[in-house]
Amino acid sequence: MAYTEEELKKELETKEYEYGFYTDIESDTFPVGLNEDIIRKISGKKGEPEWMTEWRLDAFSSFKKMVEPDWSNVKYKKPDLQKISYYSAPKQKPKYNSLEEVDPELLKTFDKLGISIDEQKKLSGVAVDIVMDSVSVATTFRDTLAEKGIIFCSISEAIQKHPELVKKYIGTVIPPRDNYYSALNSAVFTDGSFCYIPKGVRCPMELSTYFRINQAGTGQFERTLVIADEQSYVSYLEGCTAPSRDENQLHAAVVELIALDDAEIKYSTVQNWFPGDKNGKGGVFNFVTKRGLCHDRAKISWTQVETGSAVTWKYPSCVLKGDNSIGEFYSIAVTNNFQQADTGTKMVHLGKNTRSTIISKGISAGKSQNSYRGLVKVGSRAKNARNFSQCDSLLMGNNCGAHTFPYIEAKNNSAQVEHEATTSKIGEDQIFYCNQRGIDTEKAIALIVNGFSKEVLNKLPMEFAVEAQKLLEISLEGSVG
Amino acid sequence: MLTIENLHAEVEGRAILNGIDLNVKAGEVHAIMGPNGSGKSTLSSVIAGNEDYDVTQGKILLKEKDLSGLDPEERAHLGIFLSFQYPVEIPGVTVTNFIKTAINANRKAQGLSDLGASELLKKIREKSTLLDIDSKFLSRSLNEGFSGGEKKRNEIFQMAMLEPTLAILDETDSGLDIDALKIVANGVNKFKAKENAVVVITHYQRLLEYIVPDFVHVLFGGKIVKSGTKELAHELEAKGYDWIKELA
Repeated sequence: MAYTEEELKKELETKEYEYGFYTDIESDTFPVGLNEDIIRKISGKKGEPEWMTEWRLDAFSSFKKMVEPDWSNVKYKKPDLQKISYYSAPKQKPKYNSLEEVDPELLKTFDKLGISIDEQKKLSGVAVDIVMDSVSVATTFRDTLAEKGIIFCSISEAIQKHPELVKKYIGTVIPPRDNYYSALNSAVFTDGSFCYIPKGVRCPMELSTYFRINQAGTGQFERTLVIADEQSYVSYLEGCTAPSRDENQLHAAVVELIALDDAEIKYSTVQNWFPGDKNGKGGVFNFVTKRGLCHDRAKISWTQVETGSAVTWKYPSCVLKGDNSIGEFYSIAVTNNFQQADTGTKMVHLGKNTRSTIISKGISAGKSQNSYRGLVKVGSRAKNARNFSQCDSLLMGNNCGAHTFPYIEAKNNSAQVEHEATTSKIGEDQIFYCNQRGIDTEKAIALIVNGFSKEVLNKLPMEFAVEAQKLLEISLEGSVG
Repeated sequence: MLTIENLHAEVEGRAILNGIDLNVKAGEVHAIMGPNGSGKSTLSSVIAGNEDYDVTQGKILLKEKDLSGLDPEERAHLGIFLSFQYPVEIPGVTVTNFIKTAINANRKAQGLSDLGASELLKKIREKSTLLDIDSKFLSRSLNEGFSGGEKKRNEIFQMAMLEPTLAILDETDSGLDIDALKIVANGVNKFKAKENAVVVITHYQRLLEYIVPDFVHVLFGGKIVKSGTKELAHELEAKGYDWIKELA
């Protein structure tokens, strides 16, 4: 049946964030505020070497000279960075040998999230590095990975144990002064993941990290660094859910990928942070910088399913520096209620015969605004660069918006850049057709949305694709107008 | 099976159906004919529960159950199937996935669990052979880029898969060449049984050569102005609709 305005309103009001719970775990939290002292304290707390502390302080001095960017198509109240606590770690000593040692409260949280570590271990063969607030509390499968020489650990641990790798690569793809939030992240990051795949090694399993924001009022500044050495391959999954909070939570992560000659990195994200309530109150601010660097014949694929956050500002990008390198970006961005998303990608072609593909699917419902912003840049030496971009928007109801901002800069006349864009609306005739076959309206929307998103869903690893489909359904429940 | 009593319906305040009475028994095939704009498609939409139309008087009963106030999907669960005149496209959703979703939605409404993959596959094979549908077709997006004939064959394929108690075929013959028409008619004839009923809505007598009706009704000005047997269809074919208009 078609919804009346009233029914629609009612349904949306009763729809609460599915993972809106809060775990009571004793935390070790710093006082609020941002200054050099706090940065030294973070660094000290983590027992970092001097060069790391200096690197952070250097980033902070850049940060102080910068202003928050306002060019994106989103409106929000700027977070007060002095009111954030920059460090929060579960008080109990982390690193467990078995599940029995893990805080039962924490295990309960995982249950609610549907991630039983045990199950994951047995069934999917996924090594999970769970980032609970700012410190990794459980890492599995490390031994299996170690046999192949693969390093998969928290970034803090990597700074301790593999300083030469961290020092060599951190900040090389995204320099601290790249932008306001990357500078902030570089100064205050507390944890995140590190992954190194040695030369010629194909990582035997999907590496997976679940990010969560748990403690009230703690911004999360994750730092992820993935290095795929020559001829190696890795598929990396990042998924996140967050408990609902009243105040806005800032998340400013930095993800750097380095694919050396002939290496391939597949980076998939399913993001489901609290999007705010029906009045647009609360919700996570997600200001993320993600970028990958491809050396000769290397390939980086970004696949993302974005359903959460109040405000999203995110452009996973590829710098195609090496000749014959390939960059891909596959994205589904869903916005409902008052959510705002300004997301897309940058493909920077520097090497010869570089190729990039962009497939972006935006779905807007409620009063949300969904923008695609993409840059395809072809440098003067990038002979025979090719790009294909496709941006499709699906609208539900009459109060949402879809926007497309494609930018193309080509400095080499052998470049071929194609851009296609479509906008469609879920039709009442489509819904009626499904209804007539016995499929109710909710299910019909899920079916249509899944069909619309298929090209991107197909790029996700199997178990992630199922989760992503469920998320799409949850995010759009009751949103037909 | 289907009883329609004094049915009046309007769209955006404009009266389209002006008192329809119809009685279809199990095992019967009824044809509803009439010139363009006589209300044929409206009648099928109203039976299926399309909310663009308002029923202002009268009622529709299926197996003695009053359908008033039931959503389209609830009517579908009771066994009403409408073969659309203009089937919609759903990009990215395969014919197989769509039919699987529909079958399981109906089973769920009946309190049954999902149909197992092998049973489903068996059924798909059986019905697709019947309608001369090849497997490549099944993996295509629903109705997207389908020819007129493919769309109609797909409708009848869905009917065969869902096994409704009442099938309404709205202008199923339009856009079909003679070979496709025969295949579609064959599908309908195979489906026909003593426990179900078929209502064929058509402008032309052509389809009725292959799906032979027990009764023929002529709709004009939102009313059934004449009923008869298949001979009536022949008469209409020979004489056109003008003489009918004078009956109204």
